[in-house]
Amino acid sequence: MRPVLQVVQPGLSTTIQDLGRIGSQRLGIPVSGALDATALRGANVLVGNPQGTGALEMAVLGPQLLVEADSVRVALAGGAGRLVVESEDGRRREVPALTSVRAVRGDTIKIGAVAGSAVAYLAVEGGFDIAPFLGSVSTYVRGGFGGLDGRALAAGDALPLRLGEVEARGEVQLRNLDLAPAVTVRVVLGPQDDYFTADAIEAFLSSEYVLTRDADRMGLRFEGALLAHSKGYNIVSDGIAPGSIQVPGSGQPIVLLADRQTTGGYPKIATVISIDLPALGRLTPGAKVRFEGVTIDVAQAARREFEAMMAGLPGRLEAVRPDGPDLDRLYDSNLISGVTDASAACPGA
Amino acid sequence: MLWPLTAHDNRCLYGVIDGFFALIHPMMQPPLKARFLPAGDTALVVEFGDTAERALNDRVLALADAITAVGIDGVVEMVPTFRSLMIHYDPSRIGAQALARAVSPLIGKAGASSRHGRLWRLPAVYGGEFGPDLPEVAERTGFSEEAVVQLHTGVDYHVYTLGFLPGYPYMGDGPEELALPRRETPRIRVPMGSVCIAFRQAGVYSLESPGGWHLLGRTPVRLFDPRRENAVLLAPGDKVRFEPIAADAFRQLEARAASGELEVKPAEVSA
Repeated sequence: MRPVLQVVQPGLSTTIQDLGRIGSQRLGIPVSGALDATALRGANVLVGNPQGTGALEMAVLGPQLLVEADSVRVALAGGAGRLVVESEDGRRREVPALTSVRAVRGDTIKIGAVAGSAVAYLAVEGGFDIAPFLGSVSTYVRGGFGGLDGRALAAGDALPLRLGEVEARGEVQLRNLDLAPAVTVRVVLGPQDDYFTADAIEAFLSSEYVLTRDADRMGLRFEGALLAHSKGYNIVSDGIAPGSIQVPGSGQPIVLLADRQTTGGYPKIATVISIDLPALGRLTPGAKVRFEGVTIDVAQAARREFEAMMAGLPGRLEAVRPDGPDLDRLYDSNLISGVTDASAACPGA
Repeated sequence: MLWPLTAHDNRCLYGVIDGFFALIHPMMQPPLKARFLPAGDTALVVEFGDTAERALNDRVLALADAITAVGIDGVVEMVPTFRSLMIHYDPSRIGAQALARAVSPLIGKAGASSRHGRLWRLPAVYGGEFGPDLPEVAERTGFSEEAVVQLHTGVDYHVYTLGFLPGYPYMGDGPEELALPRRETPRIRVPMGSVCIAFRQAGVYSLESPGGWHLLGRTPVRLFDPRRENAVLLAPGDKVRFEPIAADAFRQLEARAASGELEVKPAEVSA
């Protein structure tokens, strides 16, 4: 029997995503990929995968998965969440985000509400055994391709695993990986900032914008100071970059994210710099942000620094100390009291 | 200095390149004026103009071909559009200045596209349930429905760019006689395969989608089919000719397309 994770509860909008379908935009095919690439990469590092391995992206409410493999190692990243591994004998282990855990056949991996971020990721050691489409396993639901049949998970789905078992070894955690939602969003002006009045540019860079409920994998519609166009709001369609901020006739900015179209016909006042995109992907409706202008040089220097940090992530893994928060004792006390009290389980910490 | 691009104003990027051309051609206007526009720190736009014209599009495609031929390390992918080329790049491998510097001489060299396009003959059924806007287009342009179909099938369309949907072709230039603005109220659902027009452009909905163009008919050929090795049928620079078929023929061909058995092959033509 091939190893799978059986989907008991699919969650609200759970899809497989990697770092995106690069190389087919000239064919009109959106890049897709993780909204929070940093969290995806962190989750993969925790289970020993290459950082761009496809993982489950979940929003609002995560799934419940039954392990139908000898063993599997998973890690959750993003938000303030945690996962629970329930064994057939009723044993219940709570595992915080950014910590790896090994589960065995018959265990159920339960992820509840996604909190503190719009998205969270569950990576599995070895990844899912899913054929890539145009070089990527990212799901593009609008087009019906990628991931698992081009759609979000449904109850009864079986997620095929590349590995039927994983070695029992010390589990690891990542600390100080910043996964906070954006507050200040850095942008490079253009390519069509000349379609806006000087007042509009000034207002855009100096006032607060609130994320509306129009927020999905395609983009985020903000509300704030109106941005007046100086020469109309129709342009001959041109390319759209990740983080392009287009301003249609309403005068309100829309930041385009993973599932953005490849081309578009509204003027784009600015573009979010690449390292600020993951934090933008974490925003939930009602969040307030400010846009700050920077130069390309600043953005690219910051990007290089960030990539160097990410390349060093595996070296920053820390063992989950047996004498630190004793997870087993923690779970046991949890079973008795139903309350997790780390300080009680770890005196002197 | 040619490239004082560390300046705090990123507008320098294209201002300086205009200067670059001025230095090459001190006595004349730059023959191929292009602007470099930043699209964040991972994409650069080379803009040849702001209109949808064949001459501009040919330059866009020629530049894309030239960059591909030379091979610039750090270029991840390129998206040619009507009048500009978006170059997506990896800033860990190449900076904005270095990329602009590598691309500039290619703009000077790139003349009209020397691309040999492919001619695709797409069967299409016109009118009735397949082309619900045919009567209105006929009425508004003063032609009979038959004459509209003749006009629409009498042109070899040029694929300017793909976008909007996976595999959706923006094509031109359609007959002036049929030029109408988009519908005032877009439809929520346009069936896959719908053959449509707006202004002098033509398109084919490659997936079911909302849409505001006028629907003249439908082709059974799938412009996007993820089951196929070449999931996207058309490429920028290709030519498309529509050939009218009857409803019965459409249904037969569509059944074959649904089961993945309808194969369409292009003819090679010079650009």
